[in-house]
Amino acid sequence: MGDFDFSVIAENWAFLAEGLRYTVQVTLVAMTGGIVLGTALALMRLSSNRLLRRFAAAYINIFRSVPLVQVILAFYLILPLVLRLVTGQMIPVGADTSAYLTFMVFEAAYYAEIMRSGIQSVPRGQVGAGYALGFTYAQSMRYVVLPQAFRNMLPVLLTQTIVLFQDVSLVYAIGATDFFGAADKITQRDLRPVEMYTTVAVVYFLICFALSRLVKRLQTRIAIIR
Amino acid sequence: MNYHWNWQFFLQQTDDGLRYYEWILSGLGWTTLVSLGALALALVVGSALGVMRTTERRALVLIGDSYVDLFRNIPLIVQLFLWFFVVPELLPEVLGMWVKQQLPYVATAIVGLGLYTAARIAEQVKSGIQSLSRGQRNAGLALGFTEWQTYRFVRLPMAYRIVLPALTSEAMNVFKNSSVTYAVGMLELYFQYKQIIEKTSQVLEITLVVTLLYVVLAFTMNRLLGWVERRTRVPGLIAAGQGGH
Repeated sequence: MGDFDFSVIAENWAFLAEGLRYTVQVTLVAMTGGIVLGTALALMRLSSNRLLRRFAAAYINIFRSVPLVQVILAFYLILPLVLRLVTGQMIPVGADTSAYLTFMVFEAAYYAEIMRSGIQSVPRGQVGAGYALGFTYAQSMRYVVLPQAFRNMLPVLLTQTIVLFQDVSLVYAIGATDFFGAADKITQRDLRPVEMYTTVAVVYFLICFALSRLVKRLQTRIAIIR
Repeated sequence: MNYHWNWQFFLQQTDDGLRYYEWILSGLGWTTLVSLGALALALVVGSALGVMRTTERRALVLIGDSYVDLFRNIPLIVQLFLWFFVVPELLPEVLGMWVKQQLPYVATAIVGLGLYTAARIAEQVKSGIQSLSRGQRNAGLALGFTEWQTYRFVRLPMAYRIVLPALTSEAMNVFKNSSVTYAVGMLELYFQYKQIIEKTSQVLEITLVVTLLYVVLAFTMNRLLGWVERRTRVPGLIAAGQGGH
């Protein structure tokens, strides 16, 4: 322990920071896309159309019962096949790019379940009130139900996003250079596992701990307003 | 689509003399072993932590809370790498060498995954105990039980049954999370998946098969614990009505 070498961290900081930037970027893109896609899935799951309902249920159940690492690798390999089928030519998709899509599609299943319970937490009378005002289904969802569902579920959505932020580390499976991937690559070269992995753990902990405390505070605030 | 479907490759021989489907079965075995081992460890450690967090001793609550904060805010793959590559370096030299050379990988993997899962179990056990009315503990104390005995005979038996649905989904999560242990050398199902893709390039067939196997594992766990739930349900609770279906 005595020979913990801080200079290894200092020397490689730029590379690590670049990895961290990628991790944050994937998190933000997947969060935005995942919530939009997830809300659509939640609406489908609660729709009166049986076909839509079945499709959404199957989507959500399949993605929720498969390990994320497997989905990451499968998407990375299958995406070029699908693109070739659609466009007729080989389009190479890098590991860094495919991760964005994978996380969006995968996390949508989790966000969908959160949004579903959010929508179900809105009293039925609210929808009736929307219709009484002459709103269409889309309008009563857009102006009455979804804003309330979103607000009620905001802490849970953010907690899921913290989980997502940690899960980005699994792009290790396809060799993309996220924060953990950067540290791992430096370790392969400099053979300083103690310094590198400890740094990653500490930074992850500080970020996630701070964020989860903020979410907790938000939660108590929302609880008072309601 | 000019993808070449080939379902027969599962029966073909691999380099090491086994057939591909045997690789999958062996992966399935390791996945089950690591998952069940980690789950057992997580239940023991998680229950102890959950109980500690509901006591009136400040120090115990602090230890339990810190553990949960620490293990929930570091990604699983980073935790596994810490157990494999950092912890042995920090131990006294003899012990560190023993961990690195003698201790089977699977033991370290089970410890890593188990301690990660324990933090989640601790949350569930704590919320189960806290959902009980104060009177349960007081009634236990009035009967002459010690504090520990009220946990052992009154509160924990109730708490476990109340949070069993949440524990079921944690148990299903362990199977999914066990796939991450491939990164530290476990030859489990995901590792075999990756290896078979590299050898055969039959991505679609193997993805379908392995996805199905993970779904079956999750489903089996779900049914098994659903059965336990029905057997142990507390008469009179609202949740008891749903268990019968």
